[in-house]
Amino acid sequence: MFARLRELAGSDALEMEMTEGTTLGELWGRLQERFPPLRGFTHPPLMAVNQEYASPDRALAGEDEVAFFPPVSGG
Amino acid sequence: MYQVVGVPLILNDLVRHVSGDEVGGVASFVGVVRVENAGKRVVAVEYHAYPAMAEKVMREIGTEIERLFGPLRIAMVHRTGRLSVGEASVVIAVGAAHRREALGAVSHAIERLKHEVPIWKKEFYEDGSEWLEPAPTSPTAGLNSKRGS
Repeated sequence: MFARLRELAGSDALEMEMTEGTTLGELWGRLQERFPPLRGFTHPPLMAVNQEYASPDRALAGEDEVAFFPPVSGG
Repeated sequence: MYQVVGVPLILNDLVRHVSGDEVGGVASFVGVVRVENAGKRVVAVEYHAYPAMAEKVMREIGTEIERLFGPLRIAMVHRTGRLSVGEASVVIAVGAAHRREALGAVSHAIERLKHEVPIWKKEFYEDGSEWLEPAPTSPTAGLNSKRGS
């Protein structure tokens, strides 16, 4: 998790075990349960798997590196 | 050259990197921390990045501008950490055979970078701080869209 999501969760990285086939969207729901302040993030965050943008219906597998973050504002 | 770094950016390093015998023009863009944003007085900004993905997406943008503008020499570096007003946050330099391609490629690259590269800006004011969060868009839409936008 990055930027404001990291501040809301009070954590930047964690390991979670999931059943094969869990989707990114489902994982986001579980994170919101585990870190209630994340519920304050009203629109869905951007999501990436193994450093590539992915959609919420993406099924996770193996040792995927998953990231959630707000709209980007670099430059 | 595609990098996220924690040290001050030096334009000339990038210009040198994209120069060469076949290069007839080098165009560059330097993004600089501005003292005012949306009516608020900015005293400093902090850039945070997802470095591995940021460098990967910058490389994809490089591939895209070569597809659009032909063979190029490309350097794209974004700084992270706390920056003061006037300091450079991002530098892009492109060397091409001719000016039109160099200028077009730099312009295209900075637009893409601002929409797609996972880097975030937190602004500090005299009385607080705030993450800048543009309205959500789909960052992948740009990279997959047809050329010539």
